[in-house]
Parts: sequence; C-alpha cells; structure tokens
Amino acid sequence: MNAPEATGRFEADEVDAWFGTKQVLRKVNLLIPERRITAVIGPSGCGKSTFIRCLNRMHELVPGARITGRIRLDGENIYAPEVDPVLLRRRVGMVFQKPNPFPTMSIRDNVLSGLRLTGALDRSRAEAIAEQALRGAALWDEVKDRLGEPGIGLSGGQQQRLCIARTLAVSPEVVLMDEPCSALDPIATARIEDLLSELKARYTIVIVTHNMQQAARVSDRTAFFLTGELIEVAETDTLFTSPTDRRTEDYITGKFG
Amino acid sequence: MHPETRTRRRNERLFRLLCLGCLLLPLLMLAWLLGDLVIKALPRLHMDFLSGFPSRRAAEAGILPGMVGSLYLILLTISLAMPVGVGAAIYLEEFGRRSRAAQLIEVNIANLAGVPSIIYGLLGLEIFVRVLGLGRSLLAGAATLALLVLPVIIMATREALRTVPDSLREAAVGLGATPWQVVRQVVLPQAVPGIMTGCILAVSRAIGETAPLVVIGALTFITFLPDGVLAPFTALPIQIFNWISRPQAAFAHNAAAGIVVLMGTLLLLNATAIYLRERMERMQKGAH
Ligand SMILES: Nc1ncnc2c1ncn2[C@@H]1O[C@H](COP(=O)(O)OP(=O)(O)OP(=O)(O)O)[C@@H](O)[C@H]1O
Ligand SMILES: [Mg+2]
Repeated sequence: MNAPEATGRFEADEVDAWFGTKQVLRKVNLLIPERRITAVIGPSGCGKSTFIRCLNRMHELVPGARITGRIRLDGENIYAPEVDPVLLRRRVGMVFQKPNPFPTMSIRDNVLSGLRLTGALDRSRAEAIAEQALRGAALWDEVKDRLGEPGIGLSGGQQQRLCIARTLAVSPEVVLMDEPCSALDPIATARIEDLLSELKARYTIVIVTHNMQQAARVSDRTAFFLTGELIEVAETDTLFTSPTDRRTEDYITGKFG
Repeated sequence: MHPETRTRRRNERLFRLLCLGCLLLPLLMLAWLLGDLVIKALPRLHMDFLSGFPSRRAAEAGILPGMVGSLYLILLTISLAMPVGVGAAIYLEEFGRRSRAAQLIEVNIANLAGVPSIIYGLLGLEIFVRVLGLGRSLLAGAATLALLVLPVIIMATREALRTVPDSLREAAVGLGATPWQVVRQVVLPQAVPGIMTGCILAVSRAIGETAPLVVIGALTFITFLPDGVLAPFTALPIQIFNWISRPQAAFAHNAAAGIVVLMGTLLLLNATAIYLRERMERMQKGAH
C-alpha cells in the first residue's frame, strides 16, 4: 500500500473547508515535513481541528461538511477519487482530545483494536505487536502485568498513552494529535511530551495545542492559524522569538486568544 | 423555630405522606387482585394441570398445549422480530441519521407502537394466513406478534445506539475501520444491554397478547402439541379467555390457575433476560 519512499510528508495546497455554508478554512497552504513535529496553534474556533481532520479525511464525515483544494501525502493527492479514505486513515492515525479507549475491551484488545477492527491482525504476532506498541507509547512497564484488565480502568494519562499505543499499532506514517494533553495533569502531560520527541524519529507528528509553552517545548515547526487562515509558519524557535506577522506576535505574547 | 421553617417542614411531611399514599394504593389493589387469584387458583394448581390437555370436564382440563404454544410463539416471535428490528434501528441510527426519510420513519414507528393490537391481528390474517398461505399456524401467529413488537424493539435499540458516545465511533473511524466494522465491533457490543431490554419489553408485550391471536384463529380446544411451525396452536391467553367465557363456575378456577401460570412464565422469562442483561453489563464494566 505504501510507496517505498513513503515518509509522511503532507502538502496542503489552497485548502478551503466548510461546515454547511460556513467557511472555516481559507486558502491554507502548508507544508508539513516528514519525521518532524509540527505544532498548530491559534485561538479557539480558528479551524485547527478542522484542518487536521482534513488530513485524514474525517472532516467530510460531518454531515454538510466539505473541502476544496489539494492535500498531498508523499506527493499523492489524498482527495483524488481513487483514494479510499478508509485505507488513508490507516496511514494517518489520530489521537483525540479526550482519551477514548474502547470500554468493552481489555488493555491488550484496545491496543490491537485497529488491526482487529480491520481484520488485519496476525494472531501469532498479536502479543509482540501489543508489546511493541505499548513500549512505543511508554506505557508497557505500567501495564505489562495487567494486559487483560479493562482499558478504562487506567488513569487519564495512561488512557491517553493507551490511545497513542492503539494508533501506533496500525503502523501509520503520520500521527495527528488534537490537544492530546488538555484533559491531563502536568505530570501526565510531561510524559506525553517526552514520548513525542521519541516518536518523531519514526513518525510525522502534527499536534494541535492551546499551550504555547508546549508548542515551544516539543515542536520543530509551528503554524499559527487565525479565523480560518494560516497566518504564519516557521521553525518553532524563529516563530516564537521573531515572528514576522504582527498578529502572531500579539497572540504568542498573550495580547489575545 | 422560625415560623417559615415550621410551615415548610409541615408541608414537606404532608407531601411525603401524599406520595406514599399514591404508592400504596395501586400496590394494595394489586395485592388484593393477586391474593384473590391465587386463592381461586389453588385447587387447580398441581402437576396434572400443567401437564394435562383441555377437557370438557373442568377438573380434568390442563394447560400444557397453551404453555407449549406460548413458549414456541415467543421464541419464534423474538427470532423473527429481533434481527429485523435491530437491523432497522442500525440503519436508521447509524446510516440514515440525518435523512428526511429517516425522520419521517421515526415518527411513524412511534405511532405504530400505539396501534391497537387487533389491527395487527387483521393485518396478520390477511398477509400471513391468507396471502402467504401459512394458515392458522404457529408461524402466522408469531409473524403477527413480531410485527406488533417490532416498533418496541426498533425504538429501544435506537435508544441504546444513541447512548454509545460518538467519541468511540470517531476512534474506530480514525483507526481505519469501515462503517460496518464500526457498527459491528464498537457500537453493537456497547449497545447490547439496551437492546436486550427492548427485547424483554417485546416479549412481555407479546406473551400476554390475545386479540391478534384470536383474529388470526388460534384454536381453543387442542389435544396435541404443535409438531412444527406450520401446525395449529393455542396459547396461554387464548386458553384463559376460553375458560373465562364458560358459564360453569368450575372453569373460573381453571382460568385463575391459567393466569397464575401465565404470570409465572412471564416473570421467569423477564428474570432470565434481566439476569443476562446485568451479567453482560458487568462484563462490559470489566467486573470490578
Ligand atoms: N460540526 C460542526 N458544525 C458546524 N460548525 C462547526 C462544527 N465544528 C466546528 N465548527 C465551527 O468551525 C470553526 C472551526 O472549528 P474548529 O473545531 O476547527 O476550531 P479549533 O481551532 O479546533 O477550536 P478549539 O481550539 O476550540 O478546539 C468554529 O467556528 C466552529 O464553530
Ligand atoms: Mg479543536
């Protein structure tokens, strides 16, 4: 399925998005380089979630929602008619704001759920895949003795790492994260931030965050959105120390938002 | 004590007593009814009654065909109504959510649940007994009852599907699941207890139904057990109705005993279903 040179590089080209008649993204042009962490920041309602949901074609699942423009993943337009969104979503995983493990499943089954749901699970390798994904999400040591227990029995931070493990188990190229730490305490947040820097060796990561410090700490590049427009994108250090746009400066210095 | 506090306390006490009265009144009436029934039924409640066939002599008449008929009827009804009802609910809730047609259908299903059961009997008589040529058989009866309980099952299943949070559907879609995989492996397992509740309600409704069975022609005097789904049959409520309408006082005891058996069966079925549902709910919560 993946081309040999598949690495998870996204290029958004003149992307407009609507909910019904309401336009929420305007002419977004953004390059998301492979194997780096790109942070998406901006005030509430500016279209951050909408933008990353366009990247795995979940935006179009909302009744009345649509998108125009092109988004290329490894050079291939993901909105081309021959692209199957279901297969695309296995290459572009997503972690949501609120941890949402499957309540009917054990920890192990939650990790394997993506493979099992799609009928792609090789039973003889199940244990190994579960362990690898849990290690990848820095959760293995905490749960290795109770893999059979329900996933919702874990703490919020552990649940979120379980959701990350579940996403990794499908072996995506890209991991999208929509405010993955906003429901977590500072310690759990720090663990996930540590995890992110390990993950970027193998995955392209796009993280939406409201927390400017978090963007500054974890990301390599930062994109600033305002009312549906991409105002500025740059290396994180550059954007936070010498933004070129006045509105970016106002936002990161806390003048609004 | 502050005078306002005192009046408020007094009013609260009065209100509580009033509510208690509202609770006790129907309970007392129910107890009276049941007591009367059991006393009437006692002389006839023994094994011969349970294992006997109808007879012209009240003291020898038994209820076996009615019991067996009702049991077959319920099993057939549920196996017809559940797949169709759950399927319809899944379609409406998971795939047709926003369509105008789905909304129209929703209103009509709620209305259907309120249609008098004798109308279903007439429908069953025309469609199943006559047009489809099933005759006055168990299958025709079960199909009629299935129609009758379908709205109950559809509404309960939709309710159950609605309680499954969208975040779980999103999680599954985000992992690359197809719509059917989402429903089959994430939504349905979560909704099972609710669906079970709907089926319990459906069974409770179906097992006591008399009118539609009378219309489609269940027999009242039957000296054999049904040997297949196309066999003629009787059912508990039919048998009871028959005994009640006899002039001889002795048959009134039979009717009372029949009602006790019917209620016993109903309780047993409900208890089993509730037990199963609770167990599933516990399993879902991981049996903490
Ligand atoms: N399902 C929906 N239907 C209609 N409008 C929506 C829907 N979801 C979001 N919107 C609107 O689209 C705009 C962008 O929303 P989006 O969720 O992308 O913002 P966001 O930047 O992620 O905000 P936040 O930081 O609060 O999560 C908002 O104005 C919002 O009101
Ligand atoms: Mg958002």
